[in-house]
Amino acid sequence: MSLAQLTLHEASDKLRKRELTSVELTEAVYQRIADTDDKVHAYLTLAREAALEQANRADEKLKQARDPAPLLGIPIALKDNFLTKGLRTTCASKILGDFIPPYDATTVDKVRSAGAVIIGKTNLDEFAMGSSVENSAFFATCNPWNLERIPGGSSGGSAAAVAADECIAALGTDTGGSIRQPAACCGIVGLKPTYGRVSRYGIIAFASSMDQVGPMTKDVRDAALLLEAIAGQDPADSTSINSSVPRYSAALNGDIKGLRLGIPKEYFVSGMQIEVGEAVRSAIRELEKHGAVIEEISLPHTEYAVAVYYIVATAEASSNLARYDGMRFGRRANGKDLIETYMISRDEGFGAEVKRRIMLGTYALSAGYYDAYYLKAQRVRTLIRKDFDAAFGRCDVIVTPTAPTTAFRLGEKTQDPLQMYLSDIYTISINLAGLPAISLPCGFDGEGMPIGLQIIGKHFDEATILRVADTYERATEWHKTKPRIQDR
Amino acid sequence: MKYEPVIGLEVHAQLLTESKIFCGCSTKFGQEPNQNTCPVCAGFPGVLPVLNRRVVEFAIKAGLATHCEIARSSILARKNYFYPDLPKGYQISQYELPVCIGGYIDVDIDGTQKRVRLTRIHMEEDAGKNIHDAHGDASLVDLNRAGVPLLEIVSEPDMRTAAEAGAYLRTLRQILQYLEVCDGNMEEGSFRCDANVSIRPAGSEILGTKIEIKNLNSFRAVERAIKFEIDRQIDTLSDGGTLIQETRLWDENREETRSMRSKESAHDYRYFPDPDLLPLIIDDTWTDEVRVTLPELPATRKQRFAAEYTLPAYDAELLTARKDVADYFEAAVKVHPNAKALSNWIVGDLFRVLKERKLDDQLYISHWPVAAAHLAQLVQMIDHGKITGKIAKTVFEAMLDSNKPPQQIVGETGLEQVSDTGSIETAIDQVLASNPKQLAQYQSGNEKVFGYFVGQVMKATQGRANPQKLNEILREKLKTSVRQ
Repeated sequence: MSLAQLTLHEASDKLRKRELTSVELTEAVYQRIADTDDKVHAYLTLAREAALEQANRADEKLKQARDPAPLLGIPIALKDNFLTKGLRTTCASKILGDFIPPYDATTVDKVRSAGAVIIGKTNLDEFAMGSSVENSAFFATCNPWNLERIPGGSSGGSAAAVAADECIAALGTDTGGSIRQPAACCGIVGLKPTYGRVSRYGIIAFASSMDQVGPMTKDVRDAALLLEAIAGQDPADSTSINSSVPRYSAALNGDIKGLRLGIPKEYFVSGMQIEVGEAVRSAIRELEKHGAVIEEISLPHTEYAVAVYYIVATAEASSNLARYDGMRFGRRANGKDLIETYMISRDEGFGAEVKRRIMLGTYALSAGYYDAYYLKAQRVRTLIRKDFDAAFGRCDVIVTPTAPTTAFRLGEKTQDPLQMYLSDIYTISINLAGLPAISLPCGFDGEGMPIGLQIIGKHFDEATILRVADTYERATEWHKTKPRIQDR
Repeated sequence: MKYEPVIGLEVHAQLLTESKIFCGCSTKFGQEPNQNTCPVCAGFPGVLPVLNRRVVEFAIKAGLATHCEIARSSILARKNYFYPDLPKGYQISQYELPVCIGGYIDVDIDGTQKRVRLTRIHMEEDAGKNIHDAHGDASLVDLNRAGVPLLEIVSEPDMRTAAEAGAYLRTLRQILQYLEVCDGNMEEGSFRCDANVSIRPAGSEILGTKIEIKNLNSFRAVERAIKFEIDRQIDTLSDGGTLIQETRLWDENREETRSMRSKESAHDYRYFPDPDLLPLIIDDTWTDEVRVTLPELPATRKQRFAAEYTLPAYDAELLTARKDVADYFEAAVKVHPNAKALSNWIVGDLFRVLKERKLDDQLYISHWPVAAAHLAQLVQMIDHGKITGKIAKTVFEAMLDSNKPPQQIVGETGLEQVSDTGSIETAIDQVLASNPKQLAQYQSGNEKVFGYFVGQVMKATQGRANPQKLNEILREKLKTSVRQ
C-alpha cells in the first residue's frame, strides 16, 4: 500500500508515533501524482519545493510538539479558488492570467498554521461555475473511477485528487453543491458547513450569500478533523458567525438511537437514477438498524430551488466578477479606448459559462426586472428556508441522495446547460437555506460508479450530521473501496 | 408666465475617520499615489469588506444633529458600474434602507428662518482618482481615496433661490464641522455638492423637469450655477422650448452649464443588497451613546451667546461660526467676564492673526497663537487700569507665540501704566517747558493745543501714562499757567 492512501487521521497517528515523517508522506503523494495525474488531471499547479520545505518544518515540530495538531505534516490539496500567498491562483480562468496572490485566504492561513503541507492547487470549473470541471479554462479533470466520466464539480479537482490518493485530504468550496456533488461522483466524503461557519476571506467569490469552504476527505473522521481546523469566526468576514466550534471528531460516538431522520418526499421523484434511489433507501434502512427513526417530511418549495438559485447566484456573480477588468491584476487586452479594453479583456478572459451567468445576473438585477426576478427569488428563498425550519421541527437531520445520477460522461451535458444545472437539484436548496450538509459514499451503480448519500443538518449542527455519517460509515465498506485508475 | 424655481441639493461629505470605511488603510491626505491601499480597497480577488464602526457613529451624529430618524436596521448595497478608479466594479453605498431618514435643517436667510427638509443621509465609499495626461498617453489610477468614507446628505426640493441653497449649504457645512465629522473643504473636495434644479409655473404643485448640475467646487459656484440654470430654464420655456431631464456640468470659466448626459444614457446601477455585509443594526443604546457626545449646535449656541453674554447678534454670529472660536471665547470669558471686549479682541485682532497665518484653514484650532486665558488677562489688565488700550495692542503682539501671560510681558518690558502723580507731573512740566510756543497759544485761548500736549506726554512716557490722570493733571497745570 502506498503511504498516499492513508487517511488524515491514520497519517496523523503514524506521524505522532514517528512511524513516518511528513517528508516521506509528502514524497509519496508527489510520487502518486507523478503516476496518476497525467490520467486524472486533478492539479492545475503543484508546489513541490515549498511543500517539502513545509514538510521539513513539520517534521521538526513533530519532534518537539507534545500534542501536535492533527494537520501537522499532512499533505493537503486546495481548490484553485483559494488565495495562496506567492502561489499562482487561477480560479481556472484565463482572466486571472498568472495571478500571484499577495495574501493567504483565512482558511489557508489556518491550515498552514496547523502545520499542513500544501501540495498544490486543484482544477475546478471556471470561477466555480459548473458541475463537471468541464468549464475549466485549462483542461478537464477525469473521474478516477472511470476516466471517461466527469469528476463532478465545481470542486472536481479536489474530489478526484482525494479519490486518486493524490493528496491526503483537500479543501473545496460549495455554492450550490460544489463540494457534495463531486464528492458523490468520486466516492469520497464532502462537507459543506453552515453558511457563516467558515471564513470566506480570500476565497474568490462566486455567489457571496452561498459560498462556503469545506473539507473533502477519504472518510468522515477526516472531515471532522479538517473542519475543526478551519471553522470559526473571522473578523475579516462580516458574514462569519460567532458560534463556538465544537470538537467534531469527539462527537463521532456511533450513537444515533432515537435520532429522527427526515425523508423529504419531494426528493425521491422521477428523474433520479434507479440505483441511486435504491442505494439511498438501503442506507436509510442501515441507519434505522442503529436506532434512528424515520419521519416523512415535506419541503414543498423544492421545485423552485434551481430557478431561485440561478437568479440569486448569477446576480451576485455578475457583480462579484466586475473586478476582473484588466486594470489592477490579471489579463488586460489593449483596446483602442477604455471601453474596448474592458470588452476585449473580459471577452477573451472569461469562458462561455461564466459569460452566460454574468449576463443572466446582470439581467436579473436590471431596472425594471429587479422586482420580477431578484426580489421574487429572494422571497422564494425565504420560503425554502422556512420549509427547512418547519421540517426540522419534526426531525434532527434530513437524508437525501446527493445527486440524481452518478457521474455522467465527459461531454454528455456540455451542450445543454439546463440539464447540467439539474445535477445540483438536491444540493442547491441547502445553500439557499444556509444549512450544513455532508455527502458520503453509499454504494455503486451497475457501472461501478460511486453513489453519494446526503445528510443535511440544522444550522451550526455539523456535529450531528458528522455523527450520523460516521455511524453509517462504520457499518459499511464503501469508503474503503479504491478506484483502479486505468485507461478504458 | 411667472416661474418658481425648485432646488434640492445632494452633498457628499468626506468623513474625518482615521481609517477607510471597509479596511484599515489610512485616510491621510497627500500621500504618495497608492500608498494608502491594501487588497481590500484595491478590490483584489477574495477580499471582503468590514464596516468601520466610526463611520456609523459619524452617520448617527450627523443624523441626530439634523433631526433625522436613525434606522434601526439599514442595508449596505452595491452600486454597479465600471470605471478604473472603482476597483471592485461596484461602489458599496446605501440604497433602499439608508442609515438616517427624514430630518431637517433650519436655515437663517437674512434674519428669517427657513426649514429645509432632508430626504436621507447614507454612508458610502469614495472612489479613487484617475490621472490623465501625466504619463504619455496612459492614464494612471491612484486608489488612496478609494474606500474613504462619505456621507451623502440629500435634501428635499425645498429651496427656491440660489441664496437659499447657499445658506442651506453653509449651515449644513457648519453643523458637520461642529460635529467634527467633516472638514467642509469644498475646494479640496471633502465637501461636494450637486444641485437639482427645476422650474414650474408659480403656484403649481407639480415638479418640472429636473436638471442635475455637477462640478460645483465652491459656494460661489453653487449659487452662480443655480442662478444660471434657473435663467436658462425660464428662457428655454419662455421661448417655447422644452427641457429634458439631464445632467449638466458647471463651467467655472465660462460661467455656464452644459449638457453632460441625458436620462436615456444614464447608468443602470443595478443596486442590490451587498451579500458580504449583514444588515446594519443600530439599537437605541448605541444611538443614545452617540447622542450624549453631540456638541451644542451652532444655532443654539448663537442664541445662547447673545442672551447669556448680552452680546449683539452680530457678535454672537461671528463668535459661533466656528466651534473652536466659540470654545475659545467661552474659555476666555470664564477668566474675565467682559464679553463684549473679548468679542472685539477675538473678531478683530485674533481673526486677523488667524487669517494671516492661515490657521483658519484648520477644522479645529487647538494651538492658538494666544491662549484664551491670556487674552482674558489682557482685557482684565485694561479694565483694571494696569495698561492702556494702546499698550495692550503692543502686548498682544508680544504675546503671539510666546505663550507668556500678559503680566509677564508687561513686567519684562516695563509697559505697565504710569499712574503715580509725581512721574506724570514731572513729564508734563518738561513738555510744557520745552514747548513755550504752544503754551503761549493755549494761554491765548487756543484749547486745541491740549491734545498736542497729551500726545507729547504720552510720547515721553512711551504711552504708559494713565490717560485719565494725565488729563486731570495737565488741565490743572495749564489752568495754573494761565492764571500766572
